Amino acid sequence: MDEVIKRTKWQWFVHEVKRYKVLYFMMAPFMILFLVFVVWPVVQAIGYSFTDYNVLESANFVGLRNYRELFLQDKIFIKALKNTIIIACFVGPGGYILSFLLAWLINELPHTLGTIVTVIFYSPSMAGTAVTVFAMIFSNDSTGYLNAILINLGLTTDAILWLSDEGTILLIVILASLWLSLGVGFLSFVAGIKNVDEAQYEAAALDGIRNRWQELWYITLPNMKPQLLFGAVMSITGALSVGSIGDSLVGFPSPNYASHTIVNHLNDYGMLRLEMGYACAIAVILFALMMILNILVQKFLRKIGT
Amino acid sequence: MKIFKKSQPVAQVKKAKRSVGGNIVLGVFLASLGFLFFFPVLYMVSQSLKPMNEMFIFPPRILVQNPTLNNFRDLSNVLANTLVPLTRYIFNSVIVVVIGSVGHIIFASMCAFPLAKYRFPGVKVFNKIIEYSLMFDATVTMIPNFITISRLGMLDSLSAIIIPSFATTLCLYLMINFMQQIPDSLLEAAQIDGAGYFRTHWKIVMPISKSALVTAFIMIFQRLWTNTGDKFIYEERLKGFSYLVTQLSNGSVTGVGASYGGILAAAQIIMFLVPVTVFLFMQSNVISTMATSGMKD
Repeated sequence: MDEVIKRTKWQWFVHEVKRYKVLYFMMAPFMILFLVFVVWPVVQAIGYSFTDYNVLESANFVGLRNYRELFLQDKIFIKALKNTIIIACFVGPGGYILSFLLAWLINELPHTLGTIVTVIFYSPSMAGTAVTVFAMIFSNDSTGYLNAILINLGLTTDAILWLSDEGTILLIVILASLWLSLGVGFLSFVAGIKNVDEAQYEAAALDGIRNRWQELWYITLPNMKPQLLFGAVMSITGALSVGSIGDSLVGFPSPNYASHTIVNHLNDYGMLRLEMGYACAIAVILFALMMILNILVQKFLRKIGT
Repeated sequence: MKIFKKSQPVAQVKKAKRSVGGNIVLGVFLASLGFLFFFPVLYMVSQSLKPMNEMFIFPPRILVQNPTLNNFRDLSNVLANTLVPLTRYIFNSVIVVVIGSVGHIIFASMCAFPLAKYRFPGVKVFNKIIEYSLMFDATVTMIPNFITISRLGMLDSLSAIIIPSFATTLCLYLMINFMQQIPDSLLEAAQIDGAGYFRTHWKIVMPISKSALVTAFIMIFQRLWTNTGDKFIYEERLKGFSYLVTQLSNGSVTGVGASYGGILAAAQIIMFLVPVTVFLFMQSNVISTMATSGMKD
């Protein structure tokens, strides 16, 4: 009996593959490149995480040593993990909600104005060196704009060391990241809202939807599930891989590792010390963190509008 | 439904009401936040228009007092004396950006359509792999990638940037998400009319997902435009414009001199204006209602 089911299952599989063979051909060009340039390097990197690979010498298998060291001995990694989670807690949901809110408001504007406003909000992501402005604002001495303002207003007599004080560094990194968080997810929201069928709004108006908030909850959000999922993945990956912002604001490493994140730690071992095996282990942990978070968020998002 | 609609005056049925108060609050909110986000660009523009004596004024001023185009003139003077003619850098950038973006959109949309709309064996696994591939940090995959690219003999050629860019998963994932919204009935109708998968893709899926394709195009364009490619390309005459700008900011073209800040700001303005122009051009071609035409079940 089992034998029969197995055979029919296999036959069904072959039958389906044959039926859709044109689709496999369509996907083939991308898939081949994807395997070569994305999947294969990732598989290799995961493999390296169990070795002591250091780029110059050939790799030796060391089992779970890298992971054990990371969690049990590397205090800086634990600090980086903590910082990353703190930053992500603000930047992830904050950036996500801000992106959606702005996309939704932009949709209320006429087309041309809406496009211009979209460019304005997306411009920090397009202007490569935008973060330097943050460095100017929060500059430590009295030439920093914020310090100058505070001193002129008489709120403080001494310049506040925004970028050296451990307490404020993390806060400023969070602010700068939030401000750079209107990226790809935001663009997909702007495009996705436009895709919502106008007729549904009209029908809803007839059915007694009275204001824009009800419209948002009952029509817009349920219609945008694919974009919401996409935006969530973008927010998760973006929020957990904050790192270069801290580098350009306070330098690397940050004073007493105040804004040290997992990505900073990874770059430290991968690019500077060339301890690739260790760096790969960090990447795998970051990857696992994102995956877990992604599963949780997706579960939550499925409930919207139901 | 139809009868009901007829009995109502057209103007009233349009959309749920917007209160005037709400409009004002939201408008003010949008404007003030917009200023905050636009501030660095404003700063950059102002910086590029500052004459040299204003660059070092104390206390520093954000806005330029006596705007001048000197920085742009200096920039063109500096660029006129580069090792390789400026046109060569620009030519390289254009080749990479155009072939890379167009090729990517074609390959990725062809891959996204089946993944979004059909239930063939393996589709779930493929979708998951693509989603999770977005989450792996690029720093550690760089060395394996470098080895692959050198084994394929693409090192030190433009193809080292172009061909891997075809496989950017970010835009593919975006397209899959948008294409899931295409109603099945539309595809079935095309099939009944005798259109094969390729034809359906070209004639129905592509036009209908225009807004997704445009967004993906902007994303991939920006990536390629800012890609300096200095990890895979060493020969000077194969480098792009963004590489030249990074060299300017290193000070290796001008030397770190007094006029350097202004020149750098001018170069950054040019770097910034190109994607913005593309963005505005692409967006103005998508009329908001276009995307939904024919999508009604």
